[in-house]
Amino acid sequence: MLEIKGLAASIGDKAILRGIDLVVPTGEVHAIMGPNGSGKSTLSYVLSGRPGYEVTAGTATFEGKDLLEMEPEERAALGLFLAFQYPVELPGVGNANFLRTALNAQKRARGEPELDAPAFLKLARAEMKALSMPDDMLKRNVNVGFSGGEKKRNEVLQMAILKPKLAILDETDSGLDIDALRIVADGVNSQRGPNFSAVVITHYQRLLEYIVPDRVHVLSAGRIIRSGGPELALELEANGYAAIVAEAA
Amino acid sequence: MAATIETIDTVQSVTDGGYKYGFSTDIEMDLAPKGLNEDIIRLISARKSEPEWLLEWRLKSYAAWLKMEEPEWAMIHHQPIDYQDLHYYAAPKKKAGPRSLDEVDPELLKMYEKLGIPLKERAILAGVELPEGEAPQVAVDAVFDSVSVATTFRATLAKSGVIFCPISEAVKDYPELVKQYLGSVVPAGDNYFAALNSAVFTDGSFVFIPKGVRCPMELSTYFRINARNTGQFERTLIIVEDGGYVSYLEGCTAPQRDENQLHAAVVELVAMNDATIKYSTVQNWYPGDAEGRGGIYNFVTKRGACRGARSKISWTQVETGSAITWKYPSCILQGDDSVGEFYSVAVTTNHQQADTGTKMIHIGKRSRSTIVSKGISAGKSNNTYRGLVRVLPKADGARNFTQCDSLLIGDQCGAHTVPYIESRNATAKLEHEATTSKISDDQLFYCRSRGLSQEDAVGMIVNGFCRDVLKELPMEFAVEAQKLLAVSLEGSVG
Repeated sequence: MLEIKGLAASIGDKAILRGIDLVVPTGEVHAIMGPNGSGKSTLSYVLSGRPGYEVTAGTATFEGKDLLEMEPEERAALGLFLAFQYPVELPGVGNANFLRTALNAQKRARGEPELDAPAFLKLARAEMKALSMPDDMLKRNVNVGFSGGEKKRNEVLQMAILKPKLAILDETDSGLDIDALRIVADGVNSQRGPNFSAVVITHYQRLLEYIVPDRVHVLSAGRIIRSGGPELALELEANGYAAIVAEAA
Repeated sequence: MAATIETIDTVQSVTDGGYKYGFSTDIEMDLAPKGLNEDIIRLISARKSEPEWLLEWRLKSYAAWLKMEEPEWAMIHHQPIDYQDLHYYAAPKKKAGPRSLDEVDPELLKMYEKLGIPLKERAILAGVELPEGEAPQVAVDAVFDSVSVATTFRATLAKSGVIFCPISEAVKDYPELVKQYLGSVVPAGDNYFAALNSAVFTDGSFVFIPKGVRCPMELSTYFRINARNTGQFERTLIIVEDGGYVSYLEGCTAPQRDENQLHAAVVELVAMNDATIKYSTVQNWYPGDAEGRGGIYNFVTKRGACRGARSKISWTQVETGSAITWKYPSCILQGDDSVGEFYSVAVTTNHQQADTGTKMIHIGKRSRSTIVSKGISAGKSNNTYRGLVRVLPKADGARNFTQCDSLLIGDQCGAHTVPYIESRNATAKLEHEATTSKISDDQLFYCRSRGLSQEDAVGMIVNGFCRDVLKELPMEFAVEAQKLLAVSLEGSVG
């Protein structure tokens, strides 16, 4: 279970998050929607431990452990995964090598046995098949020369292989065509189960047609101003953010 | 804390690591008195029972050296070297003949273990027979300080006519070959450090590959500077006759020291018609402490002559150590259609200074050269690529491609690229590309968010940056080099 209480964070002197309260029970998928600049990406970065953000108040725990005290890699080993809005290129680093190193680093941290190369390839190929991804994806350098859609699919592949307990998807739908969107959504849906939860950050309702959330939250100016069921996303799509922001003010 | 500042801090903590191979082995030494003069040279020559012609050659080199000045054009700064304050000869004392592996000092074997020489090689050094039918993959000519104490696989190599032995033995056993080729690529008076080496060299490797022979295994030398205050003057000579092939690797680590140690090696390669020489170096000498004290001064002259048509010489180097690196492995492309290659990774951290690169001299028609240089600077280090591509008038259709990439870690280091290009033939095609980049916060965070530690992330990004060079290394050593890169940029974790 992810529990966020009164979380406030800033970059330099600029306050971005101004008191977020959010509970995502294990097994649930929550969507966070909101206009540009509302703090959606900041929330994902603060939760995953990106340097450069100062937490000024509040707490964030996952399975009772204080996330904010942990290094990014410790959060990853705990089962947190961030699918990046802009996946980063790593020239010269092969996708397979990167993924296996990451998986084994997590396993090592958890005291689990590591996977050797053949076992890893077997696992990766199976996941790629399930996501209808071409085999050469593993041989290519991490995100180098990937199209926007390929980068997002690569994020989903990483998620499928690392098998997190909590995935945060930061606008994973941006820049995707319908086919890619469906593949990404299938990837997330295939992880759904009693031990998996997700926070899906998106601008648009479109993605939520494929990944149906248990709850929808609207973020504005660093606060969650409204929460509801999947129907809230439809309302937003119909009336726009302005109406809800005005109503909350 | 701002992301950039934090990255610089963390990377500093990562790069300020202790030298992991800082240990010294206690073996009785046979030291010549400090200082350099004709008597010392005579002593060295006498200790090695050298023929008269070699002593004369040494003395002539010494006379040339006396008239020369230390070069000052490189981007390196150091205290003046007192050449009279060094020992020029140190040999481990031996109980019996050097050929008997059983006689190898157990201290030495322990040292091999610490150095991480593969188990199989250690076993062979210790005199253990390989199981029937198991083919040896690597031959080691172990140079312990100045004298080669153990040479392995010689019997297997001899079957194919390959000679692989200490150069001091080659002087006795194959004097005609040594006399013909020694100094033929790097003449005694070539430069200050080469002249010094020619005067006082103590040992090194000799390789001869006869006509049409493909050397059946990688040849490898592990160097190690061990004696306190001992200048190390290796001399290596590799000759490959028509159609022959050899892949040679040198790798080295050194014990931690608080005094600067001078190293001035000379390596000469000769490739005849259709011959190929692949020369790979993994260098990890003590770079000095975090403040830049101590560390090896490495002034090396490496040059290969592609004398024959279609001959090929390929240098691959991974340089992570030394306080100062002054090194330009070069190719003289005399033969028509000859090929020269230079693949280099140079890592500098703390106060290390590296001024390294290559020279490609195109003389033969359609001669081709490729230069790929990857410089990584961290801490307060300076990393300079200095390369010369020269095309002489007769080299019709000569081609060169040069790629120089620099990676900066932190904001207190320097990367410099100094390419010299001289073309005197209008049909030559020369290309030069250069980039400079930094390890970005985004890359580090991306890796860490997937579970990699900061050090692993730096190692992975740096290894990715160097991939084009690392893939040129022989398989066995590529893995070792990857680890070395990660280790040299790693802190004592935290």
